[in-house]
Amino acid sequence: MFAIYKRELKAYFISPIGYLFVGNFLAVSGLLFSICTLQQQESSSVSNYFRYLIYAFAILLPLLTMKSLSEERKTKSEQLLMTSPVSISGMIMGKYFASLTVFTAVLLCNSLNFLLLEKFGDPNGRLIISNLICLFFIGALFLAVGMFFSSLTEDPLVSAIGSMDAIFVMLAVNFLSDITIPWLKKIVDFISVLSRYEPFTYGILDITSIIYYVSIAAVFIFFTVRVYERRRWA
Amino acid sequence: MIEFKNVYKDYGQNHALKGISFKVEKGEILGFLGPNGAGKSTALNILTGYLSATAGEAFVDGISIFENPIAAKKLIGFLPEMPPLYPEMKVEEYLNFVYDLKGCTLSRKQHINDVCGVVKLSHVKNRLIKNLSKGYKQRVGIAQALIGNPKVLVFDEPTVGLDPKQIIEIRNLVKELGKEHTIILSTHILPEVQQVCSRVVVINEGLIVADESIETLTEALEGTRRHVAKICGPEQDVIKLLRSLPALKGADIIGRQDANSVSYLIESDEKIDARVPLFNALAAKGYALIGLEGVDMSLEDVFVRLVSNKEKKTEGRRR
Repeated sequence: MFAIYKRELKAYFISPIGYLFVGNFLAVSGLLFSICTLQQQESSSVSNYFRYLIYAFAILLPLLTMKSLSEERKTKSEQLLMTSPVSISGMIMGKYFASLTVFTAVLLCNSLNFLLLEKFGDPNGRLIISNLICLFFIGALFLAVGMFFSSLTEDPLVSAIGSMDAIFVMLAVNFLSDITIPWLKKIVDFISVLSRYEPFTYGILDITSIIYYVSIAAVFIFFTVRVYERRRWA
Repeated sequence: MIEFKNVYKDYGQNHALKGISFKVEKGEILGFLGPNGAGKSTALNILTGYLSATAGEAFVDGISIFENPIAAKKLIGFLPEMPPLYPEMKVEEYLNFVYDLKGCTLSRKQHINDVCGVVKLSHVKNRLIKNLSKGYKQRVGIAQALIGNPKVLVFDEPTVGLDPKQIIEIRNLVKELGKEHTIILSTHILPEVQQVCSRVVVINEGLIVADESIETLTEALEGTRRHVAKICGPEQDVIKLLRSLPALKGADIIGRQDANSVSYLIESDEKIDARVPLFNALAAKGYALIGLEGVDMSLEDVFVRLVSNKEKKTEGRRR
């Protein structure tokens, strides 16, 4: 698994995709940061910035996973991985953790923005850290979704669009939270990625939400492994 | 070393393998021969763990590929039909990756250098794979199969798309590797099997149609010379004449190629040059021989010949 992780990590920066992802991520987040905090002259509340960034994830994160499995399938290089003494789950996890590493590194780089606030204002450190932790787990979930869609097709573009749509649907569920039917609202609040983000906007590190994100990510990784298992048996 | 036991593979309604069984002994180079779409790649993909079988069992050195795939895969080096390469990597970098992937314990630098030496890649080690020629890419594919020094090597059509010089080089390389490894060489090229292999398994439409020594294959191929003759003259009279010629073993009508001539497939004993008596006989009757071309045996012909030889031998034994 570690060999695949290492190769995948390197591959991001041999091809333009890694640079494009980092560049676009930093540009979009920088723009949002500027609009939501600097131009508002607001340093104590940064939740709007983070909320918009989650929406931006829907477009940015599929860029990272779109080629992960689909390209290997297209070029048949997956035959090397699948005939080597490595399990399918090891192969998928290697690739998943490589994308998670790139995402985490960019998220950390991005958090340097807050040093600006520290210099000129009085930001709430606890709030920022809890938001960043939540964003990490939401990102981990979206990458797992992207990985799943990448396993379904040979075409990276189809994989990217499929995962973007799936992530948008996951985010759009939140719009149903205004409904007045109590039992439906309860279900929506339970499954909505954004509803589960709420506690973090108050600086609360909500373990149940983290478990929820990790569980859903695990389910998508499991589905990805199943796609490969099924293809072997098909 | 390798054993297939009644392996079936279905792709939906399509039955790619219909219960194939064969063994490969240690140190053998087995030719896995069959036309395109016969099921060769499917069988090899099952053996190497890329695909699962619908039914049956496959073993490598006594280890089941289905029950203990990781242990079985450690014993196999596989070159698929399309070499599984990462074009953006350099050759050495790629081989290092394969070394890590296979969890090798041999001395890294020494082993990679040795493998590069064997497949003659040492001088291109620092080049990007995407910039290499097709022949060199194939060598990189073979090199990755050799990493970890596996007991079994499986090559799926290793010479497809190469130029004649590269084909000879790769065949010699496979022969050389056969001294230390058990090899399955899948191909649809007859001479390749004759030159490289010690035994041949012939597969057609998902069934093993022959499992013979290379001598039996050669025997089946030898002994008959075949020509296609284009002759002007009444079809029935010409075929009657051809069949009556003692120099010919057989003659068949292929079909009318143009308004004046008909093509015939004629077979003669390899030791006899039937062209002169053929010409003389046709000239005596006033039929014009306007074309004569030697033809090789097709794979289908070999299947028929191998199977009929086998039946003759079985009948002989019964008597």
